[in-house]
Amino acid sequence: MTDKNNSERITLAHGHGGLASHHLIRDIFASAFSSPELDPLDDAANIDLPTGEISFSTDSFVVQPIFFPGGDIGKLAIAGTVNDVAVMGAKPLFISVGFIIEDGFLFSDLEKIVGSMADECKHAGVRIATGDTKVVPKGAVDKIFINTTGIGIRRKGIKLSGAFARPGQSVILTGPAGIHGAAIIVARNELNIMGKVYSDCCSLNDLVEQLLDKLGKSITVMRDPTRGGVATALNEISRASKVGIEIVETEIPIGPETMAVSEILGFDPLYLANEGALVIILDGDAVDKALRICHSHPRCMEARKIGEVRDDLGGKVVLKAATGGRRIVDMLAGEMLPRIC
Amino acid sequence: MKHIDPYRQPGTLQALAAKINDLPLPDRKINFMEVCGTHTMNVHRHGIRDILPENVRLISGPGCPVCVTPRSGLDTAIAYARDRRVIVATFGDMIRVPGSTSSLQDERSKGADIRIVYSALDCIEIARANPDKIVVFLGIGFETTIPGHSQTILSTKNKGIKNFGILSLGKVIPPAMELLADDPDLNLHGFLAAAHVSTIIGLKPYEPVAEKGIPVVVAGFEPADILTGIIALLEQASKGESRVENVYTRVARSDGNPKAVEAIHRVFEIVDSEWLGFGIIPGSGVRIRDEFADFDAEKLHPVEVEDTKLITGCRCGEILKGLIEPPECDLFGKECDPSHPQGACMVSSEGTCAAFYKYQGPFE
Repeated sequence: MTDKNNSERITLAHGHGGLASHHLIRDIFASAFSSPELDPLDDAANIDLPTGEISFSTDSFVVQPIFFPGGDIGKLAIAGTVNDVAVMGAKPLFISVGFIIEDGFLFSDLEKIVGSMADECKHAGVRIATGDTKVVPKGAVDKIFINTTGIGIRRKGIKLSGAFARPGQSVILTGPAGIHGAAIIVARNELNIMGKVYSDCCSLNDLVEQLLDKLGKSITVMRDPTRGGVATALNEISRASKVGIEIVETEIPIGPETMAVSEILGFDPLYLANEGALVIILDGDAVDKALRICHSHPRCMEARKIGEVRDDLGGKVVLKAATGGRRIVDMLAGEMLPRIC
Repeated sequence: MKHIDPYRQPGTLQALAAKINDLPLPDRKINFMEVCGTHTMNVHRHGIRDILPENVRLISGPGCPVCVTPRSGLDTAIAYARDRRVIVATFGDMIRVPGSTSSLQDERSKGADIRIVYSALDCIEIARANPDKIVVFLGIGFETTIPGHSQTILSTKNKGIKNFGILSLGKVIPPAMELLADDPDLNLHGFLAAAHVSTIIGLKPYEPVAEKGIPVVVAGFEPADILTGIIALLEQASKGESRVENVYTRVARSDGNPKAVEAIHRVFEIVDSEWLGFGIIPGSGVRIRDEFADFDAEKLHPVEVEDTKLITGCRCGEILKGLIEPPECDLFGKECDPSHPQGACMVSSEGTCAAFYKYQGPFE
């Protein structure tokens, strides 16, 4: 008999390092995340890494609600870190996971979350090498927070950075803008006026790998436009590269649900997050090939060229509206929507 | 979304934009004012200022109810918030607007009970659930919102609710337009009248403005509506006409919504009212009639309000009257941004400063 069977809820005892902790780790985490690196359950994982430069990224996930159409906090925590490592041109290999759980959290919910993390790891071809769990008193966290850190091996000869955009290059967006943000808003507000909106949450390291295999140095920047959405990602790139970027409103893929949510609640979809789409900046002559690769990926069938890098816009991101008029797309002051990831 | 898609079709928009630029226009400067904050936001969002001929200027008007609320009104709201017997219920935008010495947000962090509501009607439930408290609703709004306040009072009367009152901060738009029409510094050549307000009041209340020689065109909020409105204004201006015209016929009727207008007058009477930036405008505000005094917050539960202090440097007033654009204010983008607003125009989602901050005006 384990605590899991005795009770439906995680208690502070599961965080104290004793028998209850041991059962929690053994029954929930170790079985779901089993890997040669994790299985010894030592204080640290020993990893045999191929030689070369690594990309190393960490992120904490506090999304509310923890379950939403298209994913949950666990899937998001794996996909988010996998994508952060992948867009640097690295092959993500190992992930660490830290859980902070509120006293009273349902075991069944934890199992669901852990299960979707294991599934996403399998999908992305990464392994969880090490982890940690803390249980804190009620109110000290909101249900569950997850931190993930990822390590990947950088592909030789490829250097990607937000600072490498050059005038004349093109901008591709691989999926409909803002759909994760829209999904969270709908889930959070229980807006019953429309059907479910599904988050795009997923790992895209396979897409990155194909793009870099085929197009190599033609691609200079990749970003996953998470918090702050496409507008913020483009502003970060334009600032880091000291270039202007013009995007064309009529070319930006935006789903009808995202549009509707934004209209009703006064959000701008360009500032809503994606969790399974990339902004790619690449040479103009590679655009067609890149779009073909994206379109053959099940999650990127709506990929479009949305704009160009320019040297004449005073270092600003500018949107050419459907009216033909242009306006600046700036960084947001303050956060439009908290706790979306 | 299907019902608005036609008004966003790129082909339609570009044809309208081309038409604007093909109209034979006088060489002189032409100044139009979009009265409503929602128009201001959409003008910026759709890059409309950028496609107008050089001598045509769109000036943002006072049609943002949060923005025109005078500081004294806000101080009254804050005085209520400081009274521990009171629950203040308000539309969300009011929370961050600075008063003379505080804001509702600051008061909330000091323990004031402030609830965000979407309608005056939401207050009734709050009042029922808190019989030992007095619920004060901050009744800002124009002709679009005031009928809801009226309806709340009408439907609550005789229901035994004794702890709910509205602080009357509502305003009516046409008198402010008349004042602006006469302003020689503004030199206006036309008004783009607010879509929703016109849906309630119809066309007649704008006639005194047109009689002053200023065309008034009622237009919807979608980009094709706004462009169509600008074309109608340009046509009138270039022919030297000044009529009240409606290009939003799919929603706004000439006689408006008589039932809603009647609801306003049933509960409220028209009084002189202070607008931020304008001072007192005769016949531009509403006061709860004596018959409904039980629902008048100031009679139900009078409070002492601190002396109003003016903000130094903030030029909201001139911005609301269209005399300057936000970047001309020394505070804009420096001491004043949406995270630290100095004036209501930067707080409200319909405020001119917020629109300029978000979209930075046209790209030039």
